[in-house]
Amino acid sequence: MLHSPEIPDSFYLGFVFSLCIFGAAMAEQKQSEPEELSKKQRKEIAKWFLINSPPGEIQYVAKDVESLLMDEHVYEMAVSEAFPLYNKTHMICLEMPNRSGEVLITAFGELDGSHYLDPRNAQVATVDHVKQVCSMVRPATDDELPSSYVEEFRGALDAELVRYISEAYPKGICSVYCISRKDAEGPGSDFELVAVISAGKHSPQNFCNGSWRSVWRIEFKDELQLVELIGKIEVDAHYFEEGNVQLDTNHECKDSTIFQLAEECAVSLANIIRHHESEYIAALEASYSNLPDTTFKDLRRKLPVTRTLFPWHNTLQFSLTRDLTKELGIGN
Amino acid sequence: MEAAMDLMRRMPPKQSQTALSSLLALLPEHSQELLSRVDQPLEVLCDVESGKEFLLCDYNRDGDSHRSPWSNKYHPPLDDGCQPSADLRKLEVEANDVFAVYRDQYYEGGISSVYMWEPDEGEGFASCFLIKKDGSKSGQGRRGYLQEGLWDAIHVIEVGAEDEGTARYRLTSTVMLSLTTSDTDAGTFNLSGSITRQMILDLAVSEGHLCNMGRMIEEMEGKLRNSLDQILDTTNVLKIAFFSDQNAQL
Repeated sequence: MLHSPEIPDSFYLGFVFSLCIFGAAMAEQKQSEPEELSKKQRKEIAKWFLINSPPGEIQYVAKDVESLLMDEHVYEMAVSEAFPLYNKTHMICLEMPNRSGEVLITAFGELDGSHYLDPRNAQVATVDHVKQVCSMVRPATDDELPSSYVEEFRGALDAELVRYISEAYPKGICSVYCISRKDAEGPGSDFELVAVISAGKHSPQNFCNGSWRSVWRIEFKDELQLVELIGKIEVDAHYFEEGNVQLDTNHECKDSTIFQLAEECAVSLANIIRHHESEYIAALEASYSNLPDTTFKDLRRKLPVTRTLFPWHNTLQFSLTRDLTKELGIGN
Repeated sequence: MEAAMDLMRRMPPKQSQTALSSLLALLPEHSQELLSRVDQPLEVLCDVESGKEFLLCDYNRDGDSHRSPWSNKYHPPLDDGCQPSADLRKLEVEANDVFAVYRDQYYEGGISSVYMWEPDEGEGFASCFLIKKDGSKSGQGRRGYLQEGLWDAIHVIEVGAEDEGTARYRLTSTVMLSLTTSDTDAGTFNLSGSITRQMILDLAVSEGHLCNMGRMIEEMEGKLRNSLDQILDTTNVLKIAFFSDQNAQL
């Protein structure tokens, strides 16, 4: 998974189960004073719901949680802790004021709890996580930016990716950050970049929301004159018309290329990323087209082997098992 | 309660147990309603007398015991657990036998159970038809595509009083599924969740209730399965979301 929530799921599950068994037992025994959950416990439950919201739905979940908690204080605590985690995990994109562009909220660009770097324009955005808005933007200081040597590579790759995104993803955003050794001065140093691509489709009128997130860690190894990539792609979707069906896919891939000049590296890396992502899309498409005819069949056939509907009417006239068995050819 | 139900529609289906437990913890005074309104995968018990498995739901439960459709006895045993009337039990037995054959034809395996009961007030009766199928490679999936494949179907039919040879049948069906494909090229692919649909029909009773109910369920299951295909289309993020047309050949 791309994210690591604060609370490991198994621990949370155990915690909530014990609460639930207790709570349900209390309710069943109809005791007049069911023991109150502590504020902390209620906050943790609220946080869990918020963090597990599908892409683009956290505000709806927040409304539900607020009405269930009926305690503004606990609600405030829960949202202030949950929203930053959710926003970073889902790599939400916020508009910066004064038409300065857009900023991606990710762990890689985080300077502190409410300040995020936009490396493309060398700006720092101040963010209100709960409202999911960017309130202010200022130029980045030199400390916050990578060295000019690293910036050559970062900037070149960023430009190539922007080109790729504009062709491939109508609603995609990308960003490239330096996450290690951003102060590397020149040849002879290793450093690491990470490229993130995030695209979301929200279609509430079709009762459907989806998201694509790919994170490419790129290590520049000077001594080996090698650049190694590790990509993680996650695609999610949520369908909620008269139901709740969710798709969750994960994919990892690796590749490498030789350490060249910044421009050449950028072109090569962007091509590798483009290649792997389109391969994955093709594989996903294959999975999708397989599902109805083959995979679903393992669960339920469209029709029995006889290729006719089930003969319900025969149960009236004939002895049940004997003639049904004969008619349906069972045991042949 | 509506906020609670909305949350259940948004939380990842794979975590529906945790979500339900959390709701029960937050709203202990609503636990009865939550447990009856929120669908959970069906549990299985074995009827020791007949050696057959049966499915557990609210409709065959009395206290902490569940009634087997095969032996009509409660597990763990109860002295005076709820029972359907003799006539209804006869229909119930026939329904279980026939439904088992239906289940075998469509599901090539799996477990089914049918329970019937008279409502507290009014005429007519109600029934639920349950099916549980494990179609994973290690379960009963014949073609080996699924690392994990679970399908739970719950069909509840209320049958109204007979009036001039016809009766009204009200069907509410829910299918819960969870499937994970085992295709190393594409990483992991998991689709899970539940969909609910309803159908109301006025039918002649001449061929018997079982015939009418069976046909409705068969038609509904077909519709639900097709809905799943359509859902895949809608959630096909490739088509609707991310990639412009000219990228098709990349």
